[in-house]
Amino acid sequence: MHFELFKTFFQIGLFTIGGGYAMIPLIERKVVDEKGWVNENDLLDLIAIAQSCPGIFAVNISIFIGHKRKGNWGALVSAIGTCLPSFLCILAIALIFQQFRENVWVEHFFNGIRPAVVAFIAIPVFRMAKSARISRYNVWIPIVSAFLIWMLGVSPIFVILAAGVSGYVYGKYLKEDFI
Amino acid sequence: MLLLLLQLFWTFFLIGLFGFGGGYAMLSMIQGEVVGHYHWMTMGQFTDIVAISQSTPGPIGINSATYVGYTALVNAGYEPYWGILGSFLATFAVVLPSFILMLLISKFLLKYRNHPSVENVFSGLRPAVVGLLLAAALLLMNSENFSTMSENPWRFCISIFLFAFAFIGQKVYRLGPILIILLCGFVGIILGL
Repeated sequence: MHFELFKTFFQIGLFTIGGGYAMIPLIERKVVDEKGWVNENDLLDLIAIAQSCPGIFAVNISIFIGHKRKGNWGALVSAIGTCLPSFLCILAIALIFQQFRENVWVEHFFNGIRPAVVAFIAIPVFRMAKSARISRYNVWIPIVSAFLIWMLGVSPIFVILAAGVSGYVYGKYLKEDFI
Repeated sequence: MLLLLLQLFWTFFLIGLFGFGGGYAMLSMIQGEVVGHYHWMTMGQFTDIVAISQSTPGPIGINSATYVGYTALVNAGYEPYWGILGSFLATFAVVLPSFILMLLISKFLLKYRNHPSVENVFSGLRPAVVGLLLAAALLLMNSENFSTMSENPWRFCISIFLFAFAFIGQKVYRLGPILIILLCGFVGIILGL
């Protein structure tokens, strides 16, 4: 059973490209349809919780499901299973890339890629703005956060801490009627 | 070197602990600490890591932790096998807070999920995460990734075009990231960027 958990999450880690959210369909097929470890509604709840927790989304989900099936050890093997394929893959690339980085063709290749990568990071800003329900009343929060990090060099960790604390204080003491 | 390993562990532990909002939001934290604070690598190297993380299997947070752990040690002049230790440590550190938190949550906190205090905290966090992403994108729009009009106008204009192509290709036409990365890479080779 432990090995089964490890194997399933290893496959999930190995066959998804493009980050955590791209993993959801595969997790659904493996864990709900094939193995029947959790049902569809439980998985939706798990996704909501894993999304609102810090850390890596896919790892969070694997820890939840592993824990549900086999306690602490189940959580451990599931987490290792999810991380191991990326770890090995990146390590291999890092070892090789280090030697080719000075190569002029590799440099041209990566110079072409870099603007595209910046675009990939800009795109989720809009998607996240939608799901975070940014309106004209709270649009100043992302703008001020971005300005602090971008122009003043404030660490994103402080911004996150400050945002969480101010959200708490605002909701508890300043907002008249809590919706 | 022990100091570097400890800093690496501590940094990625914090990133795992405060990394709300998924892989891209985490990238902005990694960028802030690894490039901005500790100068373990340049902005250009960081962009390369994002490109590689994007086009290899697995979560971006794990990929970038592994890669940064290796590169930080090698950039500091240590042998590759120390890099392997660094990548293991960074990956372990980024997952550790998740592990502790998730186990606590699945044991106790599940019932407090809809508590007003928890919702208040998140009403502050969610918009800030959007700001984190915005900052990451703005910080990456620098001369190392795009060149400048005065330094290399040819590369600068092509870079702007490739940015627009990737943005529209992904957002409007839903092209896969790997296809876009490969196309842009080949344009880079052909035009000698």
